[in-house]
Amino acid sequence: MDYESVIGLEVHVQLKTKSKMFCACQNKYGSPPNTQVCPVCLGLPGTLPVMNEQAVKMTVLTGMMLGCEISPYSKFDRKNYFYPDMPKNYQISQYDMPLCKSGHIDLVKECYPKDAQNQVSAAKRIGITRIHLEEDVAKSFHLETTSSIDFNRAGTPLMEIVSEPDINTPEEAFAYLSTLRQILLYGKVSDADMEKGQMRCDCNISVRPVGQKEFGTKLEIKNMNTISGVRRALAYEIQRQTGCLKKGENLTQETRRWDEAAGQTFGMRSKEMAHDYRYFPEPDLMPVDTAVFMNEVKSWLPELPAAKKQRFMSDYRLTDYNAGVLVADLELANFFEVGAAPGKNPNAVANWVVNDLLRDLSESKLAIAQSPIKPLDIAELVEFCESGKISSRQAKDVFVEMFKTGKMPHRIIEEKGLSQVSDAAALETWCDEAIAANPQSVEAYKSGKTTALNHLKGQVMKLSKGKANPKTVDGILIKKLSA
Amino acid sequence: MAHRLSLREAAENIRQRKLSSVELVQALHTRIRKIEPKLEAFLHDDFDLAVKQAAQRDAQPADGPLHGVPVAIKDNISSAGRPCTCASMMLKDYVAPYDATVIRKLETAGAVVFGRLNMDEFAMGSSTENSAFQKTKNPWDLARIPGGSSGGAAAAVAADECFGALGSDTGGSIRQPAAFCGCVGLKPTYGRVSRFGLVAFASSLDQIGPVTKTAYDSALLLNAISGVDPMDSSSLPQPVPDYTKYLGRDIKGLKLGLPKEYFIEGLDPRVKQVIDQAIRHFGSLGAKLVEISLPQTPHAVATYYVIATAEASSNLARYDGVRYGLRTEKPGDVLDMYFRTRAEGFGPEVKRRIILGTYVLSSGYYDAYYLRAQKVRTLIRRDFEKAFTQCDAILTPTSPTVAFKFGEKTDDPLQMYLADIYTIAVNLAGICGISVPCGFVEKPARLPVGLQILGPAFGEPIILQVAHAYEQSTPWHLEKPNL
Ligand SMILES: [Zn+2]
Repeated sequence: MDYESVIGLEVHVQLKTKSKMFCACQNKYGSPPNTQVCPVCLGLPGTLPVMNEQAVKMTVLTGMMLGCEISPYSKFDRKNYFYPDMPKNYQISQYDMPLCKSGHIDLVKECYPKDAQNQVSAAKRIGITRIHLEEDVAKSFHLETTSSIDFNRAGTPLMEIVSEPDINTPEEAFAYLSTLRQILLYGKVSDADMEKGQMRCDCNISVRPVGQKEFGTKLEIKNMNTISGVRRALAYEIQRQTGCLKKGENLTQETRRWDEAAGQTFGMRSKEMAHDYRYFPEPDLMPVDTAVFMNEVKSWLPELPAAKKQRFMSDYRLTDYNAGVLVADLELANFFEVGAAPGKNPNAVANWVVNDLLRDLSESKLAIAQSPIKPLDIAELVEFCESGKISSRQAKDVFVEMFKTGKMPHRIIEEKGLSQVSDAAALETWCDEAIAANPQSVEAYKSGKTTALNHLKGQVMKLSKGKANPKTVDGILIKKLSA
Repeated sequence: MAHRLSLREAAENIRQRKLSSVELVQALHTRIRKIEPKLEAFLHDDFDLAVKQAAQRDAQPADGPLHGVPVAIKDNISSAGRPCTCASMMLKDYVAPYDATVIRKLETAGAVVFGRLNMDEFAMGSSTENSAFQKTKNPWDLARIPGGSSGGAAAAVAADECFGALGSDTGGSIRQPAAFCGCVGLKPTYGRVSRFGLVAFASSLDQIGPVTKTAYDSALLLNAISGVDPMDSSSLPQPVPDYTKYLGRDIKGLKLGLPKEYFIEGLDPRVKQVIDQAIRHFGSLGAKLVEISLPQTPHAVATYYVIATAEASSNLARYDGVRYGLRTEKPGDVLDMYFRTRAEGFGPEVKRRIILGTYVLSSGYYDAYYLRAQKVRTLIRRDFEKAFTQCDAILTPTSPTVAFKFGEKTDDPLQMYLADIYTIAVNLAGICGISVPCGFVEKPARLPVGLQILGPAFGEPIILQVAHAYEQSTPWHLEKPNL
């Protein structure tokens, strides 16, 4: 019997606001423990939350980017449960009136893992059930005999993005998360760094025999720190669950923890099954009327990756591949556009960025923002090639030097004396010398062996130390030999 | 004899440099030392801090309306550097690190904060017997309770231990003790006064208000503490008038409503007699008395105890031994710490309400209790809206009885809850009310009776006007207990 898996993802995303969700503390990652705290985010007696409007707007923007319906009227609720990381022992969240509902993400080929891209056939759309806004909890550390809590994170604005169970493979989950991350970065709503916990993912997965309508037993996996970790965890879990079902074993609904080092999931205490969160409307906050700022947020809508790719292909005539690679990273796309703007050959700029620059950056483990080569330098390099000032082989050398030193192309060409010589007088002298020194080749050419011209050209290049413009040399030689 | 002054007189004495702020603080301190062994109204003596602040005031120009005047504070309002125990073992050693907005506002008006007043634990109770620390006595009969939960405030004001105080009112906690002790207690419209810094009992019902010797003093304190607060999203932006301006205006022709549902069985006939007399007095002042109906009255107590306990169960979840307040000795693990800390830290009434509130919010019960209570609450609000189309203010008894003896009702919580019948609906409707002394029951002891005057939302001017007019034409507020 064949089995298929049904996967839904709950993604928590920390918003990149200046201050926390309900107080004026800075929303900053990496400060010394318990330095970004105040009576409000510590839940001291008598304190009250004040809503961070920017966080609400960013959530609405995210909803717009993901094609959601934006609720005209939304409210906050209290989710009650005891947990040492939670200062008030309730979390201000949204229960039945989330800010955004029913959106979607279209999975594109470039967002699948590289090794799986050729198996992707049709575009797939994954539904988004809802996006709501809540406050993050603190972070505890378990020491040998005690535990400590760092409340810096408590109260960070946190979006929860819940997908429909439309995902069927670990690769689709990977593509979903990569696309989502891309969009979040495009909207500048989050840095969405999974390793910093700015984007966290819980997976709901069940396995069932192909053809069966009912879902199988739903299990939840937590604790993945990278998108590829999610893929591995899901692959492991599908195999494990399928194995169990094949052996005729029953699966129990539980939460499992992914152990990246062991490459396995482990069952956690399933005590929390009985949780009754006793949601009720947060009396300390007023309901949100989103209509007030809809137009403002609409004006923030960025060009999204799919649209940008289309534009790159039509406006710059880029190949599907180049456009896809460039838009996968907003900074890379911006880098390209700055470089492509002044020149006449945007495709050449794209080739340099996609082939050469990305390779060198990845070898040096640098991000695009840290690139020693600036976009306009690439434009200049392309210009030198186009005008025939340097040969394409020289250009490669110049690029290497640019990456190494960060110098602009014209300085490198000047310093190394690399520029091609198109000066007729100098070329004619070298041609005359070559003709005089190689009578056999001259003879051969004159008797019809046109390939002999290449030998003569090679000699001219040698005499010019590679600086002669080969095309011009061709012309002069032919003229002299046929005279 | 400076302690006998009203708040207004104290302020005038300072403005005219007849008395210094330090002298006033010292006069009160002398009085407190003499009376407190009998009365036990104060939980904490912050005399040293107050004297220091008073000395500063004496060195400044007397420009604030309350310049140099000491004001005492119920022990659930946060004032930086002072204890804020809420009369609970849970917060026995807790010192507040920040000021409530009302404290800031009092200080801006020039007042000196002096004295922390006893109360029912976390403001839950109607007799102040639920204080974990001491039993405050009624100054008129030391064998009786002062009312609650702001029993310390009412007893201290009535016994001239302070010129005025701030209490909090969730279901009558200012008005009922004011009635029992023979002073003036005002519950402002919900949203009139910032709750920031008031330790939450029931967020949608709580409101800070003044307990004073006269209606004029009430207006003075209300002037100082009212206004929208960016730290409290439930505070409202209505402009703050000078409430003293309305005092002295004629009440001739004003329509005063008498809710027929309030004058039925359960109302002590001795109290009824006093109230009837007060109502007749209004007739003689030229007010028009009209019968009105508040048909939802029989449901108010039940509705209140669902909503208030639901919110309380969540608000009091933060007392867990993790960050501040009591932590049980040598807890085994986190759960053990929660259980034992809360078992040791909370008194029986608080526990009863947390359990009740947890129950009504539980899945399966939410709709039947919490949701239905919210619907009834809307109906109660509409009752009042309709009533105020027929009258300018409403007259009722503040409490169906006079102050009862210690222990008289502690075994029967339901009886205790029912005693709040006239005050509770006001909080549910979010409107304002004031209790003023309106006579005495003579037997078995001479005990004050309170008349409650209710106004629509932001109707503080009218209730103060009516209260003042009544006070000016009656002697009751001048009577002092014999201590
Ligand atoms: Zn904070």
